[in-house]
Amino acid sequence: MSEEFNALLTVDDLHATVAGKPILNGLSLHVPAGEVHAIMGPNGSGKSTLAYVLAGRPGYEVSEGGATFEGRDLLALEPHERAAAGLFLGFQYPVEIPGVSYLQFLRESLNAQRRARGEAELSGGEFIKLARGQAEALGMDIEMLKRPVNVGFSGGEKKRAEMVQMGIMQPKFAVLDETDSGLDIDALRIVGEGINRIMRAPDKGVLLITHYERLLEHVRPDRVHVLQAGRITRSGNIELARDLEREGYAELA
Amino acid sequence: MTAPFPSRAQEEWRYADLDALKPVWEQVAEPVTLTVAAGENLEEMWLPVADDVQLRRVQLALGQQASARIFALNAAPVYGRIELEVSLSAGAEFELFAANIGTGLSTNEIVTRVRHLQPDGRSLQVIRSVLGGKAAGSYLGKVEVARGAQQTDAEQSVKAMLLDRGATANCKPELEIYADDVKCAHGATVGELDPVQLFYAQSRGLPPEEARALLLEGFVMGLCEGASDGDAIRTAARDALRRVV
Repeated sequence: MSEEFNALLTVDDLHATVAGKPILNGLSLHVPAGEVHAIMGPNGSGKSTLAYVLAGRPGYEVSEGGATFEGRDLLALEPHERAAAGLFLGFQYPVEIPGVSYLQFLRESLNAQRRARGEAELSGGEFIKLARGQAEALGMDIEMLKRPVNVGFSGGEKKRAEMVQMGIMQPKFAVLDETDSGLDIDALRIVGEGINRIMRAPDKGVLLITHYERLLEHVRPDRVHVLQAGRITRSGNIELARDLEREGYAELA
Repeated sequence: MTAPFPSRAQEEWRYADLDALKPVWEQVAEPVTLTVAAGENLEEMWLPVADDVQLRRVQLALGQQASARIFALNAAPVYGRIELEVSLSAGAEFELFAANIGTGLSTNEIVTRVRHLQPDGRSLQVIRSVLGGKAAGSYLGKVEVARGAQQTDAEQSVKAMLLDRGATANCKPELEIYADDVKCAHGATVGELDPVQLFYAQSRGLPPEEARALLLEGFVMGLCEGASDGDAIRTAARDALRRVV
């Protein structure tokens, strides 16, 4: 069985521009089901652009190449269709939505996904039970989810709430964009455990975008890729991440 | 005896739909007077009714250290006007949280005159408008600070969201200050939905139209977080927004 056939996510020679400026320059990547891959790279190397292109953010234009998700053309789908197909983006900067409670936001989102997949919607009671369980598992009080989406949350609380969302949505594949930034050591451990608990399964996959090796010690990726100037320049196991932490990206060239 | 019929030449009527108002003027012209005695509190919630034309004229007098908080939703199908004149004695507090929601050819306006007559008063006016179709929504808000009304703190926050090219938002905050140690702030924005918020909501699975409806609800609902019966105004706003989106 070829690697491509087995892949949950396949990115092939992807070129992308933002505001006319080329950011991704021929990026290729295969993430098989059951694996967690990490992407590391210096500032400006294209890590967040990759995340946004995969999730379909307007303004991130693909000029060449493509991406498939379980064999489907990912780039042909609207952002909400990608979510319903099982893709989740953990935002580097989670967005505040004043006036909309987290619980309402997540319940309407989850039920929209379920409708799109032809599944029954969750009732208010079923949803609260699910949300409470996921919040508690990540050390978050359900009361926080009664507040407007991310408004007044600290940086660490926003990241933790992203993981609660992931637990509620139960995606097949998560792209986590610097979920570790802004977390203290304890929060890092909780988030790492959350990623393992929610996403470590034979039929799931994760693309973990990070600057630092520390989260990787909790999550233990199967592969580590180095992104530089919009393409993967090296791939290896977790030892590669440890080398980078010690020596920096410059040594790599 | 009914007050004389207004004319568009009067500043506070410049955006009014007088043709719509004329047939009902005699029934609605008389202002309601509300008085809050020293140290007392008042909370009011004004929700829209089904009438094509809705006019609410209120004069509110706040005694010393009295406070009033008003939540209002202005969403008449043809012409809605909320007109409020408030006078504040020493240490009084006034808060208005109000929204215009309109579609079609409707005109909805909120017109206020807040008079700080004595020191240490505080007023806050938060106005949100969501306008689609060829609707117009206006806020004309005048704040007067009398000589001697030192330490007045007056704030006006006005935001409008335009959903269609033909929709219009008018905003006219106005200050008339005769004291020298006061804080009067006003901010006004007219905009469209934030594309980053829209993308965030869509990335969680909401189709574009559902994401828009949810964000608009949040834009208006931020208003009523402190209301003791938030559900009533939330339901009314949701109904009104459903007609707009």
